[in-house]
Amino acid sequence: MMRYRSYLLTFLSACIVFGSWEIAGRIPVSYAFPTFLETIAAFWTLLKNGTMFVAYFETLKPLVVGVLISSFVGVGIGLAIGLSRMSDWLLSPIFVVMQTAPLAALIPLLVMIYGIGLTSKVAVVIIMAMPVIVLNTGGAVRNTPVSIVEMAQSFLGTRRDVIFKIILPAASPIIFAGLRLGVSAGFIGAILAELKITPTGVGDIITYSRSIADYPSMYAAIMSIILLAVIFLNVLERIENFLFKGAKHVYASD
Amino acid sequence: MMSHNTTNDNDQAVAVRDVYKSYGDVMALRDMSLDFPRGQLTSLLGPSGCGKTTLLKIIAGLLSADSGEITVNGHPITGPGPDRAFVFQDFALLPWATVLRNVAFGLELRGVAKSEREAIAEKYITDVGLRGFENKHPHQLSGGMRQRVGLARALSVDAQVLLMDEPFAAVDEQTRRKFQEDLLNLVKHENKTFIFVTHSIEEAVYVSDQVAILLPRPSRVSEIIRPEGFRHKDADSIRRDSEYLDIVDRIWASLRTYVE
Repeated sequence: MMRYRSYLLTFLSACIVFGSWEIAGRIPVSYAFPTFLETIAAFWTLLKNGTMFVAYFETLKPLVVGVLISSFVGVGIGLAIGLSRMSDWLLSPIFVVMQTAPLAALIPLLVMIYGIGLTSKVAVVIIMAMPVIVLNTGGAVRNTPVSIVEMAQSFLGTRRDVIFKIILPAASPIIFAGLRLGVSAGFIGAILAELKITPTGVGDIITYSRSIADYPSMYAAIMSIILLAVIFLNVLERIENFLFKGAKHVYASD
Repeated sequence: MMSHNTTNDNDQAVAVRDVYKSYGDVMALRDMSLDFPRGQLTSLLGPSGCGKTTLLKIIAGLLSADSGEITVNGHPITGPGPDRAFVFQDFALLPWATVLRNVAFGLELRGVAKSEREAIAEKYITDVGLRGFENKHPHQLSGGMRQRVGLARALSVDAQVLLMDEPFAAVDEQTRRKFQEDLLNLVKHENKTFIFVTHSIEEAVYVSDQVAILLPRPSRVSEIIRPEGFRHKDADSIRRDSEYLDIVDRIWASLRTYVE
């Protein structure tokens, strides 16, 4: 019953959003604002003639590479930050700066260093995705409950045991929360890179459609990236639920 | 009733000699010496801030003393060892692991093979009365059951010395009474040495062969009491025994001035 109701609510909220979009498009609020149905039609056309697939093949390259690097390196650095005060002092400021830096303004600098190819785009994705992953991991590791660490030590756990059997599992819910935030930021980064560096992939559809005033296609491209991000985040949540199934992280002492 | 330091060193499972420990400017333990007779339960009792948990963690090897020596079976300790197992006040269970894995975790860390350690864990899960809960997670258990898991974990590594840090402080009163009775049986039947930190006078007198009363600022052993007269009695009648009540009163009289 609850499940049925939650689906109904989702459906209702989608109706309200898309309905108002349709109405706003029909008024129209702006010449450059297509209706929902026009956007869906354009989306379908882009899918059918294959443009969308070719575009995503291009866009996913920096996205996947950037997100993978951010995840593995980010969790590693976060672990180091959480475990040692020294690396906290050394590394944390870099990621705080990264997180707050106005990225769009830095892109010309990246292009000067890495050129206009894949490297620059990967760099943009990483700058967007990595800080939140690192900082979340660091915080979670630092806040591992002291008593379970002491428990592992008193039962003769090695440093390695403590890290892999205590600290990482204990921190994993927050690490995963960081990964989810990082991945969504990575999506933004990938599109930003394509709009600001060289128009390729989905960024190309957006730029090109706008230049020829094909607004429905432009919005269809934007919508598709949001859709993909939502699907991806859902998959990540499923993975998380699968990995930690049954094990709600309620501390036994709570 | 009072202890006389006549026992020879062989009878001491754990000996603490001239231990100092300070946290920054705060002196937690000053020149602390104490013996823990083999096969008996010794309580460390005292008001908060008397250093009883600090002493227990030093014996466990979780903290190091600034100076002095701790010996277990005559061997000086340098850190945690297989001869000691710890029972934590907040249970310290892994919330993501089942009861079975939690109980077997001490053995897992010692590299015991999975089937072997689970067989041992099963035995102790049954002993503490948790059969049927092997695949539950800690959040599905009551406080008392969680501490039974903690106890089973400590028993399953078969250490000679069990260190218990206010193990019943976080469970409700009825459960606590049951635990105290079970603990008496455990001391009687397992040939282990128990070191038990508590702030409850009744609990200390009820379960202990020897009560060490610690006083704060500076932390020191003020008195050692051996409540022996009613040890042979059964669990129910101890609480009504006049010697038990007298000792409780006497300890309270000496401690009350230290309660803020």
